[in-house]
This record gives sequence, C-alpha cells and structure tokens, in this order.
Amino acid sequence: MSGVDQLFVQLKHWALARCAGILPEAWQPLVSLLLSIIPLLVIFPTLFAAMVWMERKGLGRIQNRYGPNRVGPFGLLQPAADGIKALIKEDIVPRAADRVVHWLAPVLLVTTAFTVYAVLPFGRNMVVVDLEAGLLFFFAVGTVAELVVFMAGWSSRNKYALLGAMRAVAQMISYEIPLVLSTVTVVMIAGTLSLPQIVLAQSPASGWWPAWFVFTPWGAAGFVLFLIAANAEANRSPFDLPEGESEIIAGYFIEYSGFKFALFFLGEYLSLFAVSALGVTLFLGGWHAPYVVGEWVPSWVWFFLKLLAVLALFIWTRGTLPRLRQDQLMNFAWKFMIPMTLINVVIAALWHWIGSGPVRWLVCSALVIGAYSLLGRGLMRAGRWMPRTYRFAE
Amino acid sequence: MVTGPFLILAALILVGAVAAVRMRNLVHCVLAVAVVFVGLAAAYLQLGAQFVGWAQMLIYVGAVAILLVFAVLLTRGGEVPERALFSPGWHWGVTIGAAVFALLAWAIRQSPAAHPPPAAPVQVTVEQIGTALMTHDVLALEVTGLLLTAALIGAVIIAMNDGGPQ
Amino acid sequence: MLGEGIIKGMVETARNFLGSYVREDRLTTVQYPEEREPQIENARQFPFLVYDGEDWETGLRCVACQICEKECPPQCIYIVKSKDKKPDYKGQMQFYPAIFDIDLSVCMSCQICVEVCPFEAIKMDTDYEWSTPDRFAALLVHKDQLARPNAYYQQLHPTDAAASDAVLAQERARAQAKARAAAELKTKAAAPPPTS
Repeated sequence: MSGVDQLFVQLKHWALARCAGILPEAWQPLVSLLLSIIPLLVIFPTLFAAMVWMERKGLGRIQNRYGPNRVGPFGLLQPAADGIKALIKEDIVPRAADRVVHWLAPVLLVTTAFTVYAVLPFGRNMVVVDLEAGLLFFFAVGTVAELVVFMAGWSSRNKYALLGAMRAVAQMISYEIPLVLSTVTVVMIAGTLSLPQIVLAQSPASGWWPAWFVFTPWGAAGFVLFLIAANAEANRSPFDLPEGESEIIAGYFIEYSGFKFALFFLGEYLSLFAVSALGVTLFLGGWHAPYVVGEWVPSWVWFFLKLLAVLALFIWTRGTLPRLRQDQLMNFAWKFMIPMTLINVVIAALWHWIGSGPVRWLVCSALVIGAYSLLGRGLMRAGRWMPRTYRFAE
Repeated sequence: MVTGPFLILAALILVGAVAAVRMRNLVHCVLAVAVVFVGLAAAYLQLGAQFVGWAQMLIYVGAVAILLVFAVLLTRGGEVPERALFSPGWHWGVTIGAAVFALLAWAIRQSPAAHPPPAAPVQVTVEQIGTALMTHDVLALEVTGLLLTAALIGAVIIAMNDGGPQ
Repeated sequence: MLGEGIIKGMVETARNFLGSYVREDRLTTVQYPEEREPQIENARQFPFLVYDGEDWETGLRCVACQICEKECPPQCIYIVKSKDKKPDYKGQMQFYPAIFDIDLSVCMSCQICVEVCPFEAIKMDTDYEWSTPDRFAALLVHKDQLARPNAYYQQLHPTDAAASDAVLAQERARAQAKARAAAELKTKAAAPPPTS
C-alpha cells in the first residue's frame, strides 16, 4: 500500500541520493526543489491538453455533436494539433501597442499560475513547500492575475481589449471577496492556514459519516459558494463576460495571436486547475479517501480523481448556463454571494462553539437553508423586469 | 542586516519608486507602484514576516493597485500629458526634501532607541498574530474595523444617491 | 426558489450528454468528407458559363455584353470583349468574351449576374469544394474552368433549366420566323411583279 502511495516521494529521495554523490553540497536544495517542480511543470500542461480535449468532447456531446474526432483516435491528438497551429502562427503586435507591457502580460500570467502550485498538496508528503500561511500565499499570488489581465487589455490599445479588461478587473475584484470569505470557514474550523494541515484535519474517522468539510452544513454551502466564485475568478461561462466572444470578441486577448494567445489560454486553464485543486484540498478532503477502507488507493490517485470530478463539473456548467449580463453579475456578487459567505462564516463559528451533537446539525442546517432562501428571494425580486430609466441620455 | 537579497530588493523598490514618479504615462506609473508593492512584500518575507508579506501582496497588489488603475482609467488620466512633468522650481523641492531627510536621519541616528541590543530572531506564527490581535491589540483592530465600516457605509450612500429617480 | 432553473438546465444537458451516446439519431452531424448531405435544387454557390453543343469555345452563350460585370455588387467579374465575332445559337454574328474571369475569393454567391443576364449564359453551380492552398492565382477562375455544357445545367437545376430552355427556344423560333418572313419578303421582292 504505502509503496505505491509514496512512489514519487521515494523516487525523489532516490534521485537526490544519486545526485549527492555527483554534485556539491550547496546544490542540494536547488536539486531538491527542481525535482519537486519539474513534475508539476510536466503534469499540469499535460492536464491542460487533456482538459481541452475533455471539454471539447463534453461540450460537443452536451450539444449533440461528436466533438473533435479527426486528429488521432477519438480526436485525442487535437490538443497537439492546436499547439502546433498556435506555434507556427504569426505573432502580431499592434503598432500602437505598449510593446513591453504587451509582452509581459502573458508571461506573468503563466508564471503566477504556476507559482500557486507550490503550496498545494497533491498527495501524502507531496507538496513543494509547506508554507505556514499557504492559503494566504495562494490568494496573494493569485491576485497578480487581475493586474495582468488589466495590463493585457490596456497595452493592446484596442477598445474591446480595454472593455474586456475593465470587465475582468471589476468581476475579479467582486468575486475575490466571496472566494476568500468562503475559505475562511475552513480556516476557522481547521485552525490553520497551511494546506497540508487542513488536509490532515479531514482525515477519515472511523464513523460512517466522512470527515470531509463538504459533508457539513457550512462546508456544503461554502463549497458551492467557492465553486461559483472560482468559476467567476477563472472567467468561465456563465461568468465569461470579460471574454464574451459575441460582444467584445475575445476581450482582453483580442490583440494576442500565435504563441502569446496560447500562453494566455494555458494560464487561464492553469489557474482553473489551481483553484479547483484548492477546492478539493479545502472541502473535499484533499488526498484523503472518505473512509479508512478507501485508503489502500494511493493518495495522489484520490486527489486527481477529485480534481477531474471538479473539472467535469466546470465543463458541465459551461455547457449549461448562458452568459450573465453585467448588472446581473454584480447584483449576484454583492447582494447574494458576499452576504451568504458572511453568514456562512457566522454559521461556521456556531458549529465550532455548539460542540458535537445533533443540535449543531439542526441549527446550522436551518441557518444555511434560511439564509439561502431569504437572500435568494431578494435576488429574484431584484431581477424582475423594470422600465429602464436613462439618467444621462436625456 | 545588509545582505545580498536585501540590496537587490532595495534597488528594486527604489527603481520602482523613482519610475512611479518619473514615468510620463500614468498607467506605467501605476505598474511601477505595483512593482514597489511586490518589492516591499518580498522585503517583509525576507525579514521572516510571512503573514505580513503575503497580506501586503494580497491587499496592495490585489486591491490598491487595481483601485489606482480604476481611478486612472475612469478619470481619463491615461493620456500622456503634453506639458512638462515638473514645475519650474523642482530643484527647490528636492533641496528642501533632502534637507528634511538629512535632519530626520541625523536625529534618528542620535537617538538611543536606534541602537537596541540585537534581539534573537523569533519565529512568529500566524496563530500568535491572531491571538495578539484578539487580546492585546483588540482595540486597534476594533477601531480599524469601525473606520472601514464607516467608509463602506459612506461608499454605499454615495452610490445610492446616484441611482434615485429625479 | 433561486437555483431551480440551473438544476433543471443541468439535468437537461446531462440527458443530452448521455443520450448522445445511447441514441445515434440525436447526433445530427454529417461526417463531411466521407458523407455529404444532398443539396437542394435551388442551392447556389458559384457561377458557371453555359455552352450549347459539344465544343465549349464555339458554343458559349455569353456575348460579352458586360452587364453582369457592371451589376456584380462585389465586382468580381472581369470581361474583355473579343475583336471578331462568331455565330451564336440562333446563327446571329455576336461578340464573345476573349477573357472571362471570376474571382472566387470575392464572389458572394448573390446570383445577381444570373438575374441580369439577357442571354441565359451564366448560371449558379452547386459545387462548393473549391478550396486550394494557393491564395491568389488558383482562386481566379478562368473561362475554360467556368464553361459547363447545357446538359450539366439541366441535370443540376431541372426546373430552372427547362424554363431557360423554353425561353431560348421561343427566341430561336421567333428569330427563325423573322428570318423566314424576311426571306419570303426577299423572294417576293426578287420575283417579278405579278401581272394583274
């Protein structure tokens, strides 16, 4: 059991031991870091290729189409074909563009997207650095993406790009708050900001009810809120206003072509994977099995299975929901998401203080459902059609 | 405390600060300010203050820099100004600034508080910060919270007045 | 309740997703290069020039009147009129196009050239497989590539071709009648006046 579970950890130790004979002592930390980082740099772009294939196939089937089926068996080589196409395309920079910022934006996006993987635990003992403030690190580095999106949109000197960038920044700022607040509940219950510690707090107990945080009233609400906010942070449908192909063509990357466009694409998907992995870590028990019985399956298999399930959910919602309007988006963020996450924080605190027993289940579930239906009713009422008033066009 | 990494960070912060003042394009200035924020966060991290460093990054790069960007774009400050960047008497300002800095630096160097006995470096955990904020420094926290709430309510009121029927 | 519609929608898309694996008739996609959907009779893609008889050079109906060239909205037709003349389908001496080019990359398949042609000489083809790796020369279609026999047109658009043939037959009959009348007049004039 532990042999397969710790396969990659053992492999790294073995490689490190072999290197120790050849390289000087001072190089050891560097080699150790490289051995941790390089697998990430290989696995996640591969997952990106797989995800693109899965997404196109899944969306196709949702729309009663075949999806890609020409390149390779079942269209499996489609991502490779896309990549080659992106590589050999002409790289166009608009004449009026701000060249340095225009070049910097995609590079920064991919760099930061890769950086956040440093704190995510992919399996037992499989984390690059166990930062004490790991969750904070994740969000701190993740916020750079907002600035990058703005840089891309502004430097292109294109009105659609600028519109897209403004939309993206407004949206990401609005949904950053519920994203962070929904994770605060987990921090409160687990009592730590370190992601490996949070996973340990969800170790399977002997009881019949799994110890994952999603199987609690505040955890279930928090997970749903987290997924919605993550969806908006990743600019995916139904929150894809910044890209809105039918309105502002491609938003902030309208002026990007060839490999820079591919980099943006890669960066977007990498941050989607990162935020999904964070969701798995925080709410779905990370690399833990739901029961002790399930622990014979290697921890990293559990982790990637859960990650793929969350990604499938993202594809499913993308195939279902139409794009929101800007005012609906903002209403939803400020009138539903933020109050709901704040109430959820209070519910988590109650959960902590009431202590174990059926009472806390009853109280917390009632509070979650009550808050949801109240806020939901308010939102539905706000969404009714009203005569439009023009204030500045008179 | 003057080590290699510190020197690099200091250079980065200073270059960013000068660029933020000297650049002609306001958006470039904002980006330079963001670089300064990142440099400051790195400086905190280098001093072993993980929580402060990441919080600096989260709040200043993620919120303050974005706010600046919004302010620049919504006020049409994005256009490059035609006239000279500095007023004619700029060297007077520099002279006075340098004089004030020299005086303050001299005063601080003379003060006995500037030379404390070297303390052993402590590893401050996030938990300790949280406990301190909730017990010893709770007043400061509450006052800050009150201030931010007031600001929030003010913002909401401004936005509300804007939308009413005329 | 908020979110009800989302759940309904998710169920619907899940049904589509699974159903497309179970029931083949859900998938309406045609696997294009291997199988093609039959085109309807009125389909139109790109013009061609009709010719009568066996040889396209002598049988071309076009008389280089250049009306289509002038009417073409994107101006994709280029015609150079010939110096000499050749007999047309009713035996009349007419000019013919020395050069007749249509730029495929510009043509928008509007069929206006067909509408304005007084000689039933240009018609719309249903062939759409013109793709080529050459962006310039190969997309400029010349007279020899454009010429198609009338039989091809009859097979392609039977109804339209019958109407067009009827018009031409009428024209030809009228011309022949006219010629016969003229010939009679001539013979009458040539004959000695009747004594009465």
